[in-house]
Amino acid sequence: MRRFLLIAVPYTWLLALFLAPFVIVFKISLSDIALAIPPYTPTLDLGAGWEGIKTFFSGLDFENFVWLTQDDLYWKAYLSSLKIAVISTAFTLMIGYPIAYGLARSPEEWRPTLMMLIILPFWTSFLIRVYSWMGILSQEGFLNQFLLWTGLINEPLIILNTSIAVYIGIVYTYLPFMILPIYATLDRLDESLIEAAEDLGCSRLSAFWLITVPLSKNGIAAGSFLVFIPALGEFVIPSLLGGSRTLMIGKVLWEEFFSNRDWPVAGAVAIVLLLILVIPIVLFQRNQQKQAEAEQ
Amino acid sequence: MNRLSWFNTVSLTLGFAFLYIPMLILVIYSFNASKLVTVWAGFSTRWYGELLHNEAFLDAAWVTLKVAVFSSSIATVLGTMAAYVLVRGSRFPGRTLFSGMIYAPLVMPEVITGLSLLLLFIGIGLDRGVLTIVLAHTTFSMCYVSVVVSSRLISFDKSLEEAALDLGCSPAQAFRLVTLPIIAPAVISGWLLAFTLSLDDLVIASFTAGPSATTLPIKIFSSIRLGVSPEINALSTVMIAIVAVGVIAASLVSKRSLVRQKKDEQAAERAQ
Repeated sequence: MRRFLLIAVPYTWLLALFLAPFVIVFKISLSDIALAIPPYTPTLDLGAGWEGIKTFFSGLDFENFVWLTQDDLYWKAYLSSLKIAVISTAFTLMIGYPIAYGLARSPEEWRPTLMMLIILPFWTSFLIRVYSWMGILSQEGFLNQFLLWTGLINEPLIILNTSIAVYIGIVYTYLPFMILPIYATLDRLDESLIEAAEDLGCSRLSAFWLITVPLSKNGIAAGSFLVFIPALGEFVIPSLLGGSRTLMIGKVLWEEFFSNRDWPVAGAVAIVLLLILVIPIVLFQRNQQKQAEAEQ
Repeated sequence: MNRLSWFNTVSLTLGFAFLYIPMLILVIYSFNASKLVTVWAGFSTRWYGELLHNEAFLDAAWVTLKVAVFSSSIATVLGTMAAYVLVRGSRFPGRTLFSGMIYAPLVMPEVITGLSLLLLFIGIGLDRGVLTIVLAHTTFSMCYVSVVVSSRLISFDKSLEEAALDLGCSPAQAFRLVTLPIIAPAVISGWLLAFTLSLDDLVIASFTAGPSATTLPIKIFSSIRLGVSPEINALSTVMIAIVAVGVIAASLVSKRSLVRQKKDEQAAERAQ
């Protein structure tokens, strides 16, 4: 009996508050928008018995999904989200790898402190970390003031409200997610392999490319997925830093729901986003499993 | 390998500069006397004073704290149960679905989680307010708790539990007397993680909050959409300070317990 409760309580919770909502989203994505409360039709009328269920199902169709392919806005937003997520993941990797490498090569007694300094921003409010860039990137912001003062530029650069600001925001907020898994693989790397390569005539640089990078590829993959997956559906960063011209699907979904109050289209946008995410999520799971097996 | 090469020194320095300079600027300019956020006009604590008298922010902070305490506590209980079932439990029907539902929320975009929960609450006619935010936060943070606790459960020696059972403990006693003390650090960090995630969440709270309950992130978001404000800088500084103190304290505590553990091990070796 106890064992049954132990399983049943968290199971029921997740069924009711995680799985059931998805079924509802799927159902609503097949409905039509209506001027009613709730703003979609049909609604299931169980009071009408079998007839009610029949009219309910006959009212469902894939119209909203067809609509997504016809209106430019949506597929442009999906493509632009993909592009932004890919580019910012690449930048995060380029910036995160040297930091993780430096951490793994730092003196043993510094490491707990350095690790704490990497993790500290992660505990700090996400919203505030994004916000901190608004004052830096704006036209009269600190970056422009600094660049004007050094004489590198003659008039302020426009960075805030462009996709460059979004790249910076994603790299900044997700950097710890990239550093930690790479650090974990580099930390376990056998130093003597590199020494052996150097003894055998490898230059330091080619030893790095031929040995260190391949041996840390699990960490690179894990870090990249941990940045790419949330970046794809990101809402806060594009809406605070990206301005109105940066299209991202998370923002489109939000506006579809809150501004246009078109719940069925918002549902369809969500379902398609999930379908796109299935591929990287499955790849990520596989990578994690491989890593777990390698450790055993 | 005791000294850092110049390359590593440079990359660490630049990396930490990148991570900390934006927050540092925020903290410094929260003490700016001017209303213009990018022009320095002398030191002042004026914005902190205004913050203390801003009822809307204080109310929102109170709601946020309430939500975080409740949701992280429920999430810790549920997440620990789920971890125990997944790591220690035998097979049961629907186990794959269960573990899938534990991992899925970790990678789910917040907009989707928020939207789907809102549609559920509307579907069952639940008024949006503190309760719905607590339900929503509990659902996604219990998954994080479960991941943290299960990694601890996997790494500790199962025979300790079995010994307790052999010596006449009931399963519940064995859990309370043996398992729980061992996994306690993971349970506590799971709670802290859930608490922070709840404090931090904007997107899911925006979907599930009603007009009667506004959390601090929702309040902050609606005010910074219009631009940078010195009052928000002051609020951010307060939040950064709290987190910094918390994290530093936690790392000192864990360092001390590590030192103690090492000492105990050395003492045990000497005794042999």
